Amino acid sequence: MARAADAVIRIEHLDKEYATEAGAVPVLKDVSVTVAPGEFVAIMGPSGSGKSTFMNILGCLDVATRGRYVLNGRDVGTLDKDELAHLRNQVIGFVFQGFNLLPRASLEDNVALPLIYRGTPRSERLARAREMLAKVGLGAYPRSHPNQISGGQQQRVAIARALVNQPKLILADEPTGNLDTATSMEIMALFTELNERDGITVVLVTHEPDIAAVAHRLVRLTDGKVIYDGPLERAAPGHMEKTP
Amino acid sequence: MTAAMLAEAWQAMGANRLRTFLTMLGMVIGVGAVILMLAVGQGAQQQVQESIASMGSNLFIILSGSTTSGGLRMGGGAAPTLTMADAAAIEELPSVAAVAPTAPGTAQLVYGPNNWSTQVMGSTPSFLTVRDWKLSAGFPFTDSDIRSATRVCLLGQTVVQNLFGDEDPVGKTIRIKNSPYVVLGVLAAKGQSLDGRDQDDTVIVPVTTALRKLFGSQFAGTVRFMMAQAESADAMPAVEKAINELLHQRHRIREGADNDFSVRNLTALANTAAETAQVMSLMLGAIASVSLLVGGIGIMNIMLVSVTERTREIGIRMAIGARGSDILLQFLLEAIIISVIGCLIGVALGVGGALLVSKFSGMAIVVTAASIFMAFAVAAAVGIFFGWYPARKAAAMKPIDALRYQ
Ligand SMILES: Nc1ncnc2c1ncn2[C@@H]1O[C@H](COP(=O)(O)OP(=O)(O)OP(=O)(O)O)[C@@H](O)[C@H]1O
Ligand SMILES: [Mg+2]
Repeated sequence: MARAADAVIRIEHLDKEYATEAGAVPVLKDVSVTVAPGEFVAIMGPSGSGKSTFMNILGCLDVATRGRYVLNGRDVGTLDKDELAHLRNQVIGFVFQGFNLLPRASLEDNVALPLIYRGTPRSERLARAREMLAKVGLGAYPRSHPNQISGGQQQRVAIARALVNQPKLILADEPTGNLDTATSMEIMALFTELNERDGITVVLVTHEPDIAAVAHRLVRLTDGKVIYDGPLERAAPGHMEKTP
Repeated sequence: MTAAMLAEAWQAMGANRLRTFLTMLGMVIGVGAVILMLAVGQGAQQQVQESIASMGSNLFIILSGSTTSGGLRMGGGAAPTLTMADAAAIEELPSVAAVAPTAPGTAQLVYGPNNWSTQVMGSTPSFLTVRDWKLSAGFPFTDSDIRSATRVCLLGQTVVQNLFGDEDPVGKTIRIKNSPYVVLGVLAAKGQSLDGRDQDDTVIVPVTTALRKLFGSQFAGTVRFMMAQAESADAMPAVEKAINELLHQRHRIREGADNDFSVRNLTALANTAAETAQVMSLMLGAIASVSLLVGGIGIMNIMLVSVTERTREIGIRMAIGARGSDILLQFLLEAIIISVIGCLIGVALGVGGALLVSKFSGMAIVVTAASIFMAFAVAAAVGIFFGWYPARKAAAMKPIDALRYQ
């Protein structure tokens, strides 16, 4: 494991509570995880165990109740909203289960969107977007719209969008959850390529052992606690079971 | 950056054209109404001012007959009681510049194959002085024409047009009530009077000619009204008092009895009219501004719906790095674009409407650059003001809440 100082993600004693009418509900309990550059981490766990909550905090979309989160050397807890937006724009590429493309924008405009918030000139934006679309195998239809392509293709577009700012880290919350097995494997191959060839750190959540098997490391959450964190090979058989 | 945001805003507006159009419509109608109302109001104001300027300054009108008679209000000048001698006496009063006794009537005018029925006013050369009325051609008649009651006349522009067309009327002879009159001169154009009459549709003849030869008054030697001019605006109250006292004396009105004449300060009346026109103009503007406000609220309403509807989109944008200020700018730009385009269309419709109104109703219309500029400024302000709250609301959302929104 890499030295803590170099880590892309360093989480220490992180708690997350949701405020509900019935009071504060703890969802993540004393989670500590460190991810080094170039790692490929799968997060598994039963439904409701707090995986999405964890990913949202990793992605700076949500904030922890307690504990420390250092992303790429910066203590997220000390940053203001604009600095968090900057991190989401520059350091993180987020891939969602539901793709989350803008339905009204063309594929290239979708992919180019993060560059707008970076102030990149239009011509360069489109060139980069087309390059990314080509990289995910969709270079042929930059002017199509999301509703004109399949789910697998939409997820490729979403990945291209996540890649367009050359992020250090890709966070994917059940990226293949809406896709069939064959398509899922294609998407996973894409993640593997990004991880191995471009050295991008990948953290992904999945329910499928086949999908998790692509990763090098497994973090297993149950009831908001990390119950296993280690190499995939050494994970107990139970930890690799398909979770509902 | 802003260019990209503009493009984004434009695209978002294009995505829901009907809604964008309907939102804009509120602005279009608001701005159009403001422009139109201001045009009508300022037109009316300008017309009043022109009429006042054409009336002559520091003017009194002295009307024959009592204002009230047995509790009934009589029409001014109903029974002529003012004499030429009264006029001469008033002229002698201090601070009175000129007095023009006037006997109005209507008559048929004939020149060659043309005939025209118009107002004929018998008066003195002073009439042109008090009314500040110039001649555009020829010469006025003189006191000797008054003394000998000659058959001469001065024609207003409208009369010239109807009787002579392009022909030069000076020196020609027309027939008024079948008697020949020599045209001495042509009056300069004056336009509309305060009460909306065409002041150029008139003929002026010597007052003596009118009384003795034209109308054959049963009250010989009396005129319906006189116009008197004070030397200055400051002298007007004193002059009014002096005229009242003089006529009271000359007409031997008993104490407590009604006067058989009345003196009105025309200049004061005109100023009241001017103020009324200004107030009307302001009122029209204010009423129209309400529609602009309603248009602005319409924008806010639609923007709020739009923010709610696009919550997920906002979440996605934030997830890929949009700052609150980016989201704010996007929605604000949308509101401003809608209001400014709506304003442009509104200005076009307002100006077009104003032109149509003036064409079909003959109302005076004044569209000023200031009113257009004002409408523009207000539209932009309305866009910012009413777009701000929804945009603020969008920008303040937490990324995760926006993303989770179903
Ligand atoms: N906004 C919220 N307010 C209150 N409770 C929440 C909120 N979001 C999630 N929770 C609760 O937190 C727990 C963890 O939710 P989370 O979505 O992180 O689970 P998950 O592991 O991603 O589940 P799944 O596999 O079904 O996606 C659940 O019990 C859920 O009900
Ligand atoms: Mg989840």
